[in-house]
Amino acid sequence: MAEQKIAVYFCHCGTNIAGKVDVDKVVAWAAEQPNVAIAREYKYMCSDPGQDLIKQDIQEHGIDRVVVAACSPTMHEPTFRKAAADAGLNPFLLQMANVREHCSWVTVDKDEATEKAKRILSAQIHRLPFNEALEPIEVPVNPAVMVVGGGIAGIEAALKLAATGKKVYLVEKQPSIGGHMAMFDKTFPTLDCAACILTPKMSAAGKDPNIELMAYSEVVEVDGYVGNFKVKVNKKARYVNTDTCTGCAACLEACVVRKVPSEFDQGLGKRSAIYIPFPQAVPLRATIDAEKCLTLRGKKCKQPCTTACGPGAIDFEQKDEVVELEVGAIIMATGFELWDPGQDARYGYGRLDNVITSLEFERISNASGPTGGEIVCKNGEPPKTVAILHCIGSRDLNHQEHCSRVCCMYSLKFSHLIKEHLPETEVYELYIDMRAYGKGYEEFYRRLMDEGVHMVRGRAAEVSDVALAPEEEGRLVVKTEDTLLGIVRRIPADMVILSSGLAPAKDAKAVSQTFGFGCSANGFFLERHPKLEPVSTVTDGIFIAGCCQYPKDIPDTVAQAGAAAACALALVDNPTVKVEPTISYIDPEKCCGCHICVGLCPHVAIQYNEELKVAEVITAACKGCGVCVAACGSNVPQQSGYLDDQIFAEIEGAMAL
Amino acid sequence: MRYLYYPGCSAEATGKAYDISARAMMDKLGVELVELDDWNCCGATSYFSVRELDSFAIAARNLAIAEKQSDEDLCVICNACYTTLAKTNRYIAESTEVHEAVNGALGAVGREYHGKKAVRHVMDILVNDIGLDAIADKVQRRLTGLRVAPYYGCQYSRPMGDFDDPEFPTTMDRLFETLGAEIVDHAGKVKCCGGMMMLTKEEAALRLCHELLKGAQDGGADLIVCACPLCEMNVEGYQPRVNKAFGTNFDIPVMYFTQLVGLALGVDPKQLAIDKQIVSCERVVAAIPA
Repeated sequence: MAEQKIAVYFCHCGTNIAGKVDVDKVVAWAAEQPNVAIAREYKYMCSDPGQDLIKQDIQEHGIDRVVVAACSPTMHEPTFRKAAADAGLNPFLLQMANVREHCSWVTVDKDEATEKAKRILSAQIHRLPFNEALEPIEVPVNPAVMVVGGGIAGIEAALKLAATGKKVYLVEKQPSIGGHMAMFDKTFPTLDCAACILTPKMSAAGKDPNIELMAYSEVVEVDGYVGNFKVKVNKKARYVNTDTCTGCAACLEACVVRKVPSEFDQGLGKRSAIYIPFPQAVPLRATIDAEKCLTLRGKKCKQPCTTACGPGAIDFEQKDEVVELEVGAIIMATGFELWDPGQDARYGYGRLDNVITSLEFERISNASGPTGGEIVCKNGEPPKTVAILHCIGSRDLNHQEHCSRVCCMYSLKFSHLIKEHLPETEVYELYIDMRAYGKGYEEFYRRLMDEGVHMVRGRAAEVSDVALAPEEEGRLVVKTEDTLLGIVRRIPADMVILSSGLAPAKDAKAVSQTFGFGCSANGFFLERHPKLEPVSTVTDGIFIAGCCQYPKDIPDTVAQAGAAAACALALVDNPTVKVEPTISYIDPEKCCGCHICVGLCPHVAIQYNEELKVAEVITAACKGCGVCVAACGSNVPQQSGYLDDQIFAEIEGAMAL
Repeated sequence: MRYLYYPGCSAEATGKAYDISARAMMDKLGVELVELDDWNCCGATSYFSVRELDSFAIAARNLAIAEKQSDEDLCVICNACYTTLAKTNRYIAESTEVHEAVNGALGAVGREYHGKKAVRHVMDILVNDIGLDAIADKVQRRLTGLRVAPYYGCQYSRPMGDFDDPEFPTTMDRLFETLGAEIVDHAGKVKCCGGMMMLTKEEAALRLCHELLKGAQDGGADLIVCACPLCEMNVEGYQPRVNKAFGTNFDIPVMYFTQLVGLALGVDPKQLAIDKQIVSCERVVAAIPA
């Protein structure tokens, strides 16, 4: 091996690293190591002057290998590799030694941290002589984008992208787009009617020539890579021809199965087996619920829907259809689920009448809801007292640790709506902390106090139906500690609204695996960086927006959707994209053609050459996961950047001290 | 089927009927209970707050004896004994420090505990080992028409929830449904009865008892069934004092669940010590179809 000149740069990261690691000691040690020509330390290597150090040394001292001991490579490897490239050094001759996340942040003792930093650095110094110059692979980019989820986040992202002229596939699993926002009555703090601001956007998304709306459809398989995803979408059978259906709703009136709990009305209203979830649905097309329809269940039915349908759109023979689409980028906007308060028995949900969820109240207070907007108890009477319980399933170590961020404000909105409909009704808000953090939110809170809402600071302990005083007879009783008064209170109420937190969708983990990124500890989709890349995922070309990432309100969701659209556009607006060259290679001279790697490759990136009787890697499809390298009995597949020599040298370096 | 059996102190005094009926019920079900040799008080739950290590050591002495005596699981009837013994087991299993300290203490009396003894509530054994189907097969007097208010108490499945949901247990509901009874769902079923507070701060304990008696009565219960001697004592024995304090008129029969299961299995009421109850249970016994 020819003589090499390695430069080592040790970053203080302010006190992040230097506060634990004795930098001078490690740098002095590094300077003595074989092949190391220069060893320097600097307060912030990622700053311009820090990067300039690397560039100058490469140009002035003929440095041909570089180690930067600093943060995680997921943070700044691209920064330093670009600096090296700018100075004329192949970027793959630079290695990161992670002495922050792997060392200073997780080690208590200073001497131990210093020793560990040396080992981490030693591993890279030993590895570098085996590194090879690699050239990025340039691949074409498909300009189309897929948006998964048709709530406000997905609609907004799709509209923004369509406005730039890009083709957008908007995939929604429900029969209509609109998501949770379509269920709301008013929005806080401005009290805009949710339908009035959402339906124009839904309608625009339905009509936009650049948007192909795929409602009642689900993504079943994703393959490919940045710029070149292949997505299989299952278009579920509606048993209605959507080209000829006019959405006239005549079939809904005709259907004999009429008492199916309406999902859109949270089970409070009824729908028929053939249904349109709500009058403003987009697309405005009927769908047959196969689990409820008599004909599709093999029972006798005179099929009055068929008779009622003028255009003859009913088609009981329709089948699910899987289509394969090619897109350059994907935006995930799959939303949230309301946390099920039945999981906390103390609040009586599911056992006690008139204990309802926030989403149920949205429907009750909505003019197009099951009560026509009348706020009434189960017996049809308006409540004389309503108690609104915050933080149900949120900020609770037994359930979800996180704050759901929107509940304080929607609860205040409920108070306002109750006071507006029923001025004589007493309303109690039981809160832990009032989190009115957004624009106009604190002002809204103050307004509600002026409207005469009783604010009780304390987490509700229990909802009971045992009356211990005459005024409690036949009513619900909320027990709570009032932490401002320092007493335990019993608040009789006729209706109790549980302000349930936002939970990740039940299938969030499975969905994240289908698309190849991960979830955070709390179950929401994991962003690439919480501060600087909140809309990217670890998979290049897949972005996230809205409540699938974390609970957020409508303004924040819309803003994030715009950001995700911009990120996707920044990718698909280019004709090509550079992908990492760290992929596998199979030497045809050594391959015995046993097929093991062919079947194991999760990306279908290895094909069998019948003529030569050997396995071959499809360069554009390989994602560099290394499965074939590990699996081959003859050690034939080799992955650039992760060659055996390189890995062994790294291990040797780590163990050398 | 055979179990080691830990009666607990209450079973020798106020909770005598629990011990008698548990033995009779198990006998009828063909389950053999072998009393633990030379057992001592579990230490009860409040001692943990005062001297933790001493509490562990006192409870662990029973576990050490049980481990040595035989391989069977240890069957416990009292909720407080169960919680104390099971909690000690859990701490010993999860903390080497606690385990070593406990064995240090036990060593002074020539004993050692290896952490191998399973502590089981009698209800857990009934529902999960014997099984509801097997019990249903042996029913001689179905509890048809009887309105039963299960009262689990606060330590039945809290905090560990080893055999039932800690906050919302349902085993007793399922057991008596199987036996043909109607279940009264009442708000107090997992609430505290006041426990020892009845002796130190009576008005607080009476308030708690009042609430759960009212919940059961409002639900139309014919009787309340308990799984703990202390709960049983407070809920049954203090009804006159609750009545005096709150101007109420409670006269609700209260039984141990083992007594009611025994009745359904056709055990003679006398063998179940039903005549030992303070509030007469005659009308309940009479209401069960022969």
